[in-house]
Amino acid sequence: MRSRLDPRDLAGEVLAGIAVRPARTVLTVLGTVLGIGALVTTLGVATTAGNQIAGRFDAATATEVTVDIPEPIAPGSPPVVAWESLDDLARLNGVEAAAAYVTTQPGKEPDVRANTVRDPGRVLDRVLPVVGATADLPAAARTTVAAGRFFDTGHITRRDRVAVLGAQAAEQLGLTRIDNQPAVFVDGTPFTVVGVLAAVGRPDQQALAGSVIVPWTAGADALHLGPARTVVVTTALGAAALIAEQAPVALSPNDPAALTVNAPPDPAALRTGVADDISGLLLILGLVSLVVGGLGIANVTLVTVMERTAEIGLRRALGARRRHIAAQFLLESAVIGLLGGVIGASLGVVAVVLVSVGRGWTPVLSLAPVLAAPVAGAVVGLVAGLYPALRSARLQPVEALRGPG
Amino acid sequence: MSAIIELTGVGRTFASDPPVPALADVDLLVHAGDYLSIVGPSGSGKSTLLNVLGLLDLPDSGSYELEGVETIGLGDGERTAIRGARIGFVFQSFHLLPHRDVTENVMLGDLYTGGRRSDRRDRARAALDRVGLSHRTGFRPTHLSGGERQRVAIARALLGDPALLLCDEPTGNLDSTNTAAILELFDDLRRAGTTLVVITHDDTVSRRAARRVRIADGRLSER
Ligand SMILES: Nc1ncnc2c1ncn2[C@@H]1O[C@H](COP(=O)(O)OP(=O)(O)OP(=O)(O)O)[C@@H](O)[C@H]1O
Ligand SMILES: [Mg+2]
Repeated sequence: MRSRLDPRDLAGEVLAGIAVRPARTVLTVLGTVLGIGALVTTLGVATTAGNQIAGRFDAATATEVTVDIPEPIAPGSPPVVAWESLDDLARLNGVEAAAAYVTTQPGKEPDVRANTVRDPGRVLDRVLPVVGATADLPAAARTTVAAGRFFDTGHITRRDRVAVLGAQAAEQLGLTRIDNQPAVFVDGTPFTVVGVLAAVGRPDQQALAGSVIVPWTAGADALHLGPARTVVVTTALGAAALIAEQAPVALSPNDPAALTVNAPPDPAALRTGVADDISGLLLILGLVSLVVGGLGIANVTLVTVMERTAEIGLRRALGARRRHIAAQFLLESAVIGLLGGVIGASLGVVAVVLVSVGRGWTPVLSLAPVLAAPVAGAVVGLVAGLYPALRSARLQPVEALRGPG
Repeated sequence: MSAIIELTGVGRTFASDPPVPALADVDLLVHAGDYLSIVGPSGSGKSTLLNVLGLLDLPDSGSYELEGVETIGLGDGERTAIRGARIGFVFQSFHLLPHRDVTENVMLGDLYTGGRRSDRRDRARAALDRVGLSHRTGFRPTHLSGGERQRVAIARALLGDPALLLCDEPTGNLDSTNTAAILELFDDLRRAGTTLVVITHDDTVSRRAARRVRIADGRLSER
């Protein structure tokens, strides 16, 4: 002969035990709700923020490298980077386009005027920066020509006086069409306009839109523009970091350290970095509140066991074995933990969505922590209920029947 | 008539300081269908005896056969099983769960002894009908009179169809009217063949029993 308890009856007793004290249950659940909620929020916000940053440094941005070249030490000394060494850079594996250019110094921009303007009263000399560049500049700066064409290596070797205008520069000069072979006069020297640029894609190369771009050879002849000061590179996806490392050596084998390289941060490192920053503290906070929540459950369950001593005695008199008593209290605390996990996970999801909306981010939540949260809550409840359940099972029926209640 | 209870030389001494010999050399034979009352002054060992009879406590010496089965030496699990299946308890303080309604309280009666789930509610209603409480099935125990509460407890004890009903001061918390109602119920149970052992220090209660046993300083004497 053995006492037995149908699992459905056990479930009924457990639920009844929880349902009869709603206020206490709510308070008991609170700690776990906070703990699980903090954990889910932390993980969710970290994933969302990481994704956000990775998104900002998207595939395009992560392929853009810029090298700044210092001025030669003395006016007569050889240039830090010779124009020809750009070819060495362009040959590197992973470089998709590379261009070098030099811009007139700020404050020393030349007067520029177009020849097509018929109304002399409206004609004003514009002061515009002039850029002497190599032929791959559109590809390297992520732009195209809106009209006409860009100059090519032929123009450069022939030292042709041709010019391509940035979109803004063309507008300022009143140049709307180029099919009639317009010319611009830069400090009086005429340059034939062969093309007009479209919008410039690279955020760090926006100055080109307002510039007059000429072959670096013609620029040296007519305007004494001097050696290259900037190299722009677009790389294959994922090659930016590598190219950033190799570019100074390719450009200036004698003194690579003199060059300043601007490369995008590694998105993967960035993502984990941000996740670490946010997660570190909040994860600890979440774990602490989870432990506190567990202690809360343990404490309340222990008090409940004491209060229900007489009930335990009665159940023992009615034939409940020690394990039936233990199972009941263990399950009660596990269900409370589970409740905390479910509510905490839900609040966490809401919090992640609210934070994301507040920052204009797209909320990203991995399913794993959301699904694991209720399990974690139940485990916390189970562990918390262990000691009280053992205490309840160890009570002697006679003693228990005398107890309170 | 078959023996339900057969105590031989049972002793129970509490290992307090000084040790309290609550039961000493107790012999007791109770047959099926008996209605036995045990009377005695406070502290004489009545509750101790009932706890031994109900397998809630173990004697230090002697032998206790319940329905012909020697219970001394059984493990906790077996004693629990026999207790749940064969013995019904009625306590002075009722021991009802305050947050569960009357029917649910009665349904606890065979929760641990393998009573059929499907008709447990119906059987609980029938038991409540038997104690005259079919009009109170949905009440909370806290809304019942003392006598009604004790009848709920009796219905709960009856649900498991016990061989023996052990009552420790069943009317100790009741006024004379309620006491009379419970005693009526005991007479009914007795007529239906239930074996009843009622512990009391109240003579009106003990006089209703067919057989009376007196206990003083842990020793039984028939009279
Ligand atoms: N756990 C215990 N430890 C020590 N002494 C105990 C214990 N339980 C009971 N006693 C003592 O044993 C004796 C018998 O107690 P018991 O409870 O059986 O008395 P009773 O006849 O039921 O009294 P009452 O009518 O007041 O309920 C008393 O002297 C009591 O103090
Ligand atoms: Mg007593």
